[in-house]
Amino acid sequence: MKDKSMAKSQKGLVAWIDARFPMTSLIKEHLTEYYAPKNFNFWYYFGSLALLVLVNQILTGIWLTMNYTPTAEGAFASVEYIMRDVNFGWLIRYMHSTGASFFFIVIYLHMFRALLYGSFKSPRELVWLFGMVIFLCLMGEAFMGYLLPWGQMSFWGAKVITSLFGAIPFVGESLVTFITGDYNISSVTLNRFFSLHVIALPLLIVGLVATHLIALHEVGSNNPDGIEIKNNKDEKGIPVDGIPFHPYYTVKDIFGAVVFLMVFCAVIFFVPEGFGYFLEAPNFIPANPLVTPEHIAPVWYFTPFYSMLRAIPDKLGGVIVMGASIAILFVLPWLDKSPVKSIRYKGAIYKVALLLFVISFIGLGYLGTLPPTPARTMFARLFTAIYFLFFIGMPFYSKWDKFKKEPSRVKK
Amino acid sequence: MTTKDVDLGRRQFLVRASTVVGGVGALYTAYPFLSSWLPSAKAEAAGAPVEADISKLREGEQAVYEWRGKPVFILRRSKRMVEDLVELNGKLRDPMSDDSIQPADAKNIYRSIKPEYLVVIGICTHLGCTPLLKPEIASISPSWLGGYFCPCHGSSYDLAGRVYKDVPAPENLPVPDYKYLSDSVILIGES
Repeated sequence: MKDKSMAKSQKGLVAWIDARFPMTSLIKEHLTEYYAPKNFNFWYYFGSLALLVLVNQILTGIWLTMNYTPTAEGAFASVEYIMRDVNFGWLIRYMHSTGASFFFIVIYLHMFRALLYGSFKSPRELVWLFGMVIFLCLMGEAFMGYLLPWGQMSFWGAKVITSLFGAIPFVGESLVTFITGDYNISSVTLNRFFSLHVIALPLLIVGLVATHLIALHEVGSNNPDGIEIKNNKDEKGIPVDGIPFHPYYTVKDIFGAVVFLMVFCAVIFFVPEGFGYFLEAPNFIPANPLVTPEHIAPVWYFTPFYSMLRAIPDKLGGVIVMGASIAILFVLPWLDKSPVKSIRYKGAIYKVALLLFVISFIGLGYLGTLPPTPARTMFARLFTAIYFLFFIGMPFYSKWDKFKKEPSRVKK
Repeated sequence: MTTKDVDLGRRQFLVRASTVVGGVGALYTAYPFLSSWLPSAKAEAAGAPVEADISKLREGEQAVYEWRGKPVFILRRSKRMVEDLVELNGKLRDPMSDDSIQPADAKNIYRSIKPEYLVVIGICTHLGCTPLLKPEIASISPSWLGGYFCPCHGSSYDLAGRVYKDVPAPENLPVPDYKYLSDSVILIGES
């Protein structure tokens, strides 16, 4: 009896809210009656994992900001204070630094899925473009966040990257001063990067993630077979190969999150420094503008692009190539002329091309962590060429490539 | 698999059990964040007890020490000051200190371990100003026998920090935990 009256008053409350806010219709539209392809595989975990990591960064970031001091004099000591004196400060800090690296692991795998299954192709070009803008913001966010501990690598990494802008003809030097706010990286730079890192970019990223998801929901997800499930609907208008996002993919994503968190926690509690890749050794020394560390390298997630920069023997040329390597990703939807979306139905050319691309990207990343030698530079140039050829050649080889007929129903 | 194949009882059990485990996980996750709001090791160190040397205090003189960011008054009272305290009981809001903050060994008429020395936190229980010591007879009013007067809103206390009736302040001045390390040294902050 009690259950019945509770249910009745709950219905009353829901009705009251629904008359004023589209709660039930939103839940239906985006969860219980949002039909996603039933053949999602391992590669489809990374979108929801990215959201999980974003939430982690925001929560731990808010908490770090409670005890962090954004001045050149106080920053390094405030991080040590958090690590040693604040209750569980060490844990919150490690969650944030590990989260930053895991964000890039997740995002690179998330983007790779798109390359596998053609998720960037029509009608999902905007989903891809919004995603690319989020990627740019994420890189900026990570770069600015890295300055905040004010260690040797923070300072010198920022010095190198900001001075890249000096390569731009005519306006270069003034632009560097404009960005830095001073005649060198200083407390002024730190304070403004703090503001951008803590509120400006996070707000922007959250807004962009929302638009990314809205764009996705407008057209519906792609799937490993690359076929449009909306082309085959039953008499009720429901895609025959679709299943409601809730409960199937909410539950699946929770499972994915649990596995992810196990790995995440294993790192946080047992190797938070990531073998020197997540928290880099030189950053345990306070910033010294007069002493450059022996070996400056950006954090591991930037090394592929840093490798390309170093491979080009011209300052402006290197900057342009590095910029182009990201810019070219924006036009990907228009480079792929294949009649099929998914690698499952493409020919050998694409499979080879993608394999070479992956080898080059990882190769560039690895080389970027090492000091340059003539042999390494040669490989970096080779990998850079392959990286660009993957895109520049695509309008051609995607037409020449064989393809198989796509099925009308997804494969079980 | 169709709907009629589903074991609803099993499903309900699994959903509820997972929710409980997930809830426990959420609590474990929340704990460090909440705990980080408690005073840090540095704050605890800064809030450690403070030693006060009272050997140089003359009769009627007050010294002020800072403990946990608060002013602590140590007043050396004369015999007459202590004896006068009983007479005032009728004019006070809480003469027996039933509603005020003090350690057990200071719950008496002179509100201190030894009658000669008053140790009290100098923060007015109205809105937090620091009351002024006014020991001279008749300095505040004709019947004034000495005490504390708060300039912000006119609250007054006697020389044991007990609050008068008809003033804005609701409680006697709080007495912190303290103890005598010797006859000439008081440790403020620890009983």
